[in-house]
Amino acid sequence: MGDSQYSFSLTTFSPSGKLVQIEHALTAVGSGQTSLGIKASNGVVIATEKKLPSILVDEESVQKIQHLTPNIGVVYSGMGPDFRVLVRKSRKQAEQYNRLYKEPIPVTQLVRETATVMQEFTQSGGVRPFGVSLLVAGYDDKGPQLYQVDPSGSYFSWKASAMGKNVSNAKTFLEKRYTEDMELDDAIHTAILTLKEGFEGEISSKNIEIGKIGADKIFRVLTPAEIDDYLAEVE
Amino acid sequence: MSIFEYNGSAVVAMVGKNCFAIASDRRLGVQLQTIATDFQRISKIHDRVFIGLSGLATDVQTLYQRLVFRHKLYQLREERDMKPETFASLVSAIIYEKRFGPYLCQPVIAGLGEDDKPFICTMDSIGAKELAKDFVVSGTASESLYGACEAMYKPDMEAEELFETISQALLSSVDRDCLSGWGGHVYVVTPTEIKERILKGRMD
Repeated sequence: MGDSQYSFSLTTFSPSGKLVQIEHALTAVGSGQTSLGIKASNGVVIATEKKLPSILVDEESVQKIQHLTPNIGVVYSGMGPDFRVLVRKSRKQAEQYNRLYKEPIPVTQLVRETATVMQEFTQSGGVRPFGVSLLVAGYDDKGPQLYQVDPSGSYFSWKASAMGKNVSNAKTFLEKRYTEDMELDDAIHTAILTLKEGFEGEISSKNIEIGKIGADKIFRVLTPAEIDDYLAEVE
Repeated sequence: MSIFEYNGSAVVAMVGKNCFAIASDRRLGVQLQTIATDFQRISKIHDRVFIGLSGLATDVQTLYQRLVFRHKLYQLREERDMKPETFASLVSAIIYEKRFGPYLCQPVIAGLGEDDKPFICTMDSIGAKELAKDFVVSGTASESLYGACEAMYKPDMEAEELFETISQALLSSVDRDCLSGWGGHVYVVTPTEIKERILKGRMD
């Protein structure tokens, strides 16, 4: 990767033991649009702001929440193009696992492989770390799961988490509102309320995106009509 | 003589009621000469999955080592044992990697899946899976084994009866095959225990 002049790793340690490039990558994530995820007792919901740069952008063509497999979905905060690359790689890894074992990939395995890719980009020649943090939501034999993956390649399982611009307010709100026995619909309401907390302007089905997965193990992105229904319930 | 008949072998697996049995002969030969009478063709992958390999003995051993290696890594990564269907897909993929220079063996895989449902399958030396509901056979004695199993098998046998049936089928089939025999090695696996038995047959 890279020609000989850039075959060294650009991510190098600082004297204080930090990898400064990764810190900067996290800053890029922190200035991205807010996204969050909540794990309920019977499913997982992920949601994000979808603020488009201009009213002329066709909002239906923009989809921030993506499928990795029929039962695993992902959302991000940070740089959109980096997210696209990661989604492509993760989908390929999931399908390779499926081809080998004829079994859908467990959520933890896919998260681990994606995190490994992100870590590789912090220790290879001529590349920079990814400028995204991912929230991976899935439902497999171990039940509903929510993982956050950072540009460094570290991943954590969360009951509820947020990333992006409004992360501290959102997390405080989630800490207060989260309960262990929450059901999926309650979680969707809580997700909407959390997004509303730091939202600039009027929240509507055109400027947020919500994805959910329940015990049916099928990840779905909600249609604008469905989002409108939930928004009405929240009012 | 075909390379598959160089060492001689017989492997058979049968499905019972919430249990399965897998059996093999014990002869290791070099064409007409018998070298060993205690050769192990059936190996445990974990408590609920067994694999029997017939064919060229060196490939039997190497392929078994590779499969155990893959399964151990799987166990460490996924913190669980492989289901028999998953293991069969893995074996098929690994064998097909060598499509143009294959391992000269035919595996027989037997295991207990979800809800203790028994699973058996066999495949050819390049990974074509064949699932069966009753029995699968492989090796130089396979034609006799097909006949014997077809005649003796009935569905939903309990562990003891299954043991009797598979033992009779194996011994009578290897008696008709000069390259396999010298006793039998039978595993009967139920959800609670694994019973391993050595059979004494015609020692020729």
